[in-house]
Amino acid sequence: MRITAAEAILKMIEKQGVSVVFGYPGATNAPIYDALHKTKLRAVLTRNEQGAAHAASSYFKMTGNIGVCMATSGPGATNLVTGIANAYMDSIPLVAVTGQVACQMVGKDAFQEVDITGVTTPITKHNYLVKNADEIPKIMAEAFYIAGTGRPGPVVVDVPMDVQLQKINFRFPDRPNILGYSPQKPVDPAQVQLLASALKEAKRPLIVAGGGILCAGASCEFLRFLERLALPAVSTLMGISAVPSAHRQFLGMVGLHGTKAANFAFDRADLVVFMGARVSDRSASNPEWLSEHAKIAHVDIDPAEINKNIPCDVSVAGDIKDTLFMLEERTAGVCCPADWLDMCTKAKALDPVPKAGNSAYTNPKYFLKMLSEAVGEDTVISTEVGQNQIWTANHYRFTRPNTFLTSGGFGTMGYGLPAAIGAKIARPEATVIAIEGDGSFQMAMPELAAMKQAGADLKIVLFVNRTLGMVRELQRDHYGANYTSVDLGAYPKYDRIAAAYDIAYGAVRSDSEAENGIMEMLKTDGPFLLEVFVDPEENTL
Amino acid sequence: MAKHILNALVENHAGILAKIAGLFARRGFNIDSLAVGVTQNPQISSATIVVDGDAQTVDQVEKQLSKLIDVIHVQTLAPSCTVSRELSLIKVACTAKNRAEIMQIVDIFRANIIDISDHAVIIEMTGTGSKIDAFEEMVRPYTILEMSRTGMIAMLRSKEDSKNIDDSVL
Repeated sequence: MRITAAEAILKMIEKQGVSVVFGYPGATNAPIYDALHKTKLRAVLTRNEQGAAHAASSYFKMTGNIGVCMATSGPGATNLVTGIANAYMDSIPLVAVTGQVACQMVGKDAFQEVDITGVTTPITKHNYLVKNADEIPKIMAEAFYIAGTGRPGPVVVDVPMDVQLQKINFRFPDRPNILGYSPQKPVDPAQVQLLASALKEAKRPLIVAGGGILCAGASCEFLRFLERLALPAVSTLMGISAVPSAHRQFLGMVGLHGTKAANFAFDRADLVVFMGARVSDRSASNPEWLSEHAKIAHVDIDPAEINKNIPCDVSVAGDIKDTLFMLEERTAGVCCPADWLDMCTKAKALDPVPKAGNSAYTNPKYFLKMLSEAVGEDTVISTEVGQNQIWTANHYRFTRPNTFLTSGGFGTMGYGLPAAIGAKIARPEATVIAIEGDGSFQMAMPELAAMKQAGADLKIVLFVNRTLGMVRELQRDHYGANYTSVDLGAYPKYDRIAAAYDIAYGAVRSDSEAENGIMEMLKTDGPFLLEVFVDPEENTL
Repeated sequence: MAKHILNALVENHAGILAKIAGLFARRGFNIDSLAVGVTQNPQISSATIVVDGDAQTVDQVEKQLSKLIDVIHVQTLAPSCTVSRELSLIKVACTAKNRAEIMQIVDIFRANIIDISDHAVIIEMTGTGSKIDAFEEMVRPYTILEMSRTGMIAMLRSKEDSKNIDDSVL
């Protein structure tokens, strides 16, 4: 079949089972956008390329199909960078197709030229600059294969405009075979045996559930493992929703912004098993201290994570699902000492359930608890970054895996709204709620137009304290309350923003209005913006 | 801190050298030398990397390099079972008066003079890094005008050859 390379790119995308591409057209990716008309692919126009990368990331989380984002060369491509870095840090598979100036112009500082493969090398799993049109099918197949296998991550395919226009003899390529890439390494049974022995010997074992469990689709197996061995568990931010928040053995999020119960257990355990977690500084702020006080075990699909941030006594490099399966037969009869589990579950009293008060503001922690009680099972939550994110992580009660979309490693403000749009487009039947802070919201507010245009009926909870809450808290506690550039000053009137975009609007001024506000938002058809007024003095924890 | 020799076989794709160098810079690894050249298979290059660091650092270097898609195989070469060489070119000030003295040093080190003029010679010298260091010390009094070193290339002795990669790759 003689088709253009641009058409071949889209054929390879369709073959992946992807039905939506997120992006922004321009001069150098015009051949691809032109060819879109001949496909069944739906093109969603975000209002900034960054939003396209975030939306494509959450599209994957909802469908399991690798998200695709597109941008033109130069500023289009560099606008993707934050979204690509976000996907890299949170191990989200993503294929970004960028237009590039024509081959003979590359290196001449042409209009809208940027060396995007050079720019994205440190934030991609791999990238390509395609100079030979015949290689397009093979490279696209490799891009999806690399992005989605092993530890997932973003791949950039940069295609000069003249290459896109060339005709090639197209046929679907064979399964990629890359000399230096073999992601499916089997789990070493001897290492699993060592882990089983460590679990058997431990008096105070604790499991740290990371995002890798969700990534491996191993939530069910993981929960069965926890229950069979009666082990207490904490999670990282990325691991939230791997275990139902209200589960008896689950102590909440660990680390800097974690619950008291989780950190209580973390500090007292004699065996800490990190599962699909990369021991980041936010979840384990003092790994040296930890490794002196407890035996460390680490299960991760990426061998480079093992011994990177914490020296470990037992390590399993491989897939979590396989590891849990192999662990099952090797831990028959093993049970966590009951007094330790008991001590951990009692520690949950250290984190009181938020209650309604008579303040002139709404307590966001109480609000989020109420929200999680009011929604149906099939609800997906996205957050921004900052106080809104930590309040949600600690107080919204998750019941199903993969229902929490948040920017963990990179901490990208402006992530939550486009991520929610991508999720709603991927799963229109689900209720998708974007939890926003008024700082983050203003970073991606133009995406409201993308939301409306795509018919993605989001429920938006906007916490308004007219300040950058988490930074303000930092300045208050560590910089002598010398508040600088945290006041949002001339903030917009959000009821009028909602009206401008033709979005229904409601407001919650205090705890007593929370329930009605939530009900009105959930009952209203179409998109809804619920403005929730929060005390600027409200703490993250 | 100790020196460690790593060998990486890489696919000859555009930008691979930048990817390796960028990885070292980004992860804060101290690189002593990096020498890359094609192997008997023109699609594959061999990179010899000398790293300064403790065992944990070298472990990370090896793992992070292995993660690069274009890197086919990485191994740490134990000095005791490795042969290594470096090439250097040294331009030394030299007149008719002291030429004989310099040539004597060149002979002792089994180096070669590959260019000569009325005021200087260029000496080609192959050996281990320490041999080149020693030679440099010996000719320094005559004034070194220019010096260039390739960095180390290394190979496991044939007895130790345990590269568990498919021979068909090469």
